[in-house]
Amino acid sequence: MARVAITGMGMISALGRNVPENWVALSEGRAGIGPITAVDTTNLKFKNGAEVGGFNPEEYSLKTDYLDRFAQFAAVAAREAVQTSGLNFTPELGDRSAVITGSCVGGQNTSDAGFVELYRKNNPRVNPMTIPRTMANGGASFIATEHHIRGPVYTISTACSSSNHAIGQAFWMVRSGAVEVAITGGSEAPFSFGFLKAWEAMRVVSPETCRPFSKDRKGLILGEGAAMLVLESLERAQARGAEILGEIVGFGMSSDAGHITAPSEEGAAMAMEAAMRDAQVSPMEIGYINAHGTGTALNDSTETQAIKLAMGPQAKSVAVSSTKSMHGHALGAAGALEAVATAMALKTGVLPPTANFNEADPACDLDVISNEARRQQVEYAMSNSFAFGGLNAVLVFRRFQ
Amino acid sequence: MFEIIAKQKRISPEQVTIDSTFQELGLDSLDAVNILFEVEGEFNISISDEQARQIKDVRQMVEGVAALAGEKKTA
Repeated sequence: MARVAITGMGMISALGRNVPENWVALSEGRAGIGPITAVDTTNLKFKNGAEVGGFNPEEYSLKTDYLDRFAQFAAVAAREAVQTSGLNFTPELGDRSAVITGSCVGGQNTSDAGFVELYRKNNPRVNPMTIPRTMANGGASFIATEHHIRGPVYTISTACSSSNHAIGQAFWMVRSGAVEVAITGGSEAPFSFGFLKAWEAMRVVSPETCRPFSKDRKGLILGEGAAMLVLESLERAQARGAEILGEIVGFGMSSDAGHITAPSEEGAAMAMEAAMRDAQVSPMEIGYINAHGTGTALNDSTETQAIKLAMGPQAKSVAVSSTKSMHGHALGAAGALEAVATAMALKTGVLPPTANFNEADPACDLDVISNEARRQQVEYAMSNSFAFGGLNAVLVFRRFQ
Repeated sequence: MFEIIAKQKRISPEQVTIDSTFQELGLDSLDAVNILFEVEGEFNISISDEQARQIKDVRQMVEGVAALAGEKKTA
């Protein structure tokens, strides 16, 4: 089986419009959380989010008539990833390449806006682009079209694990030789009034900011954006002289088969164990975990127990952080944003912190990197995603040297 | 309120008492969110997340709802 190299990365989030901008913020522990501007928050109990401020798709020459905001983000991140990879998708290569993306709610902004017209304004005419804009594969299809990729192209929707499931699948396809190159990641744009009200009703969104693993944490903060990776075999990448940004070495998944929203430590631990087995690494070799770390009371304590179950004695010494404290919880894009954060941490030897951390919680007694990045060269890192519905997906990354 | 709780857990209202804790009734966080949603609708009140976090048993819920409904009446 082939070793799988990351040769391209792209990212757009509240922290910046490209990977370098995002990485500066992540490594400085600077959060992109602020008052939500996309909707009037007067009738919302929470007021803050991690939005991509001032995003204008015209600047990217994106045809917005058939692209929802989430698909626009996907397009922007994929362009950067392809550009940094230096790949040119010839017809031969395009036919042997894949696009696999994740998204939780796809073009829900478009349906929300359509419902306002239809139900509130009694406008009987619905925008004819509503269907193509709403479909969750809108981003993947645009990427395929723009880069002439004619192999497997699809979108995975498993709530907050969508991106990790997508990246894991793409990793396996490249490793097995099923495809030569894969563009993979995820994108999300959750800031519509209807969707925010639905989150409000769940009572898991913080009224202030996101403080994962901190004793005074009050919930998650929603985020938006996209991140994409270009994956190809190490052999192929080296043959063409590409810069290797890192490696993906393992993928594991599991299902809690339990509660619809409450996480299970056994289920999460099973996915971590499966990912380490797939990577053929022991817990002792994992030096950093980019946690799911949503900042809800239940997730962070359960994830702590899961890490203890999966890592054994190494749970005490592995460095842990949640970058959701900075880019927010971008749902179906979360794993992709965190994949870039994890790969950059390995590449640069700087582990991004958990921002907004105030006080250690006995229920989260891990080595949480708080507020300031840590200079530490790590060889292997793990990135966790756990979804509502009890679906867990974990990736293992390796520093390339 | 007892009926709302009983309906959520599909148990008979007699099994719910003023001294029952949510834990004894087997209510998880999502059950609690659903019950609060029903109670808010029934009494036309709004229970903040902060207030919701404090409620661990039926008595606290009844007293909290009574206080909120009273505030509404005097307002």
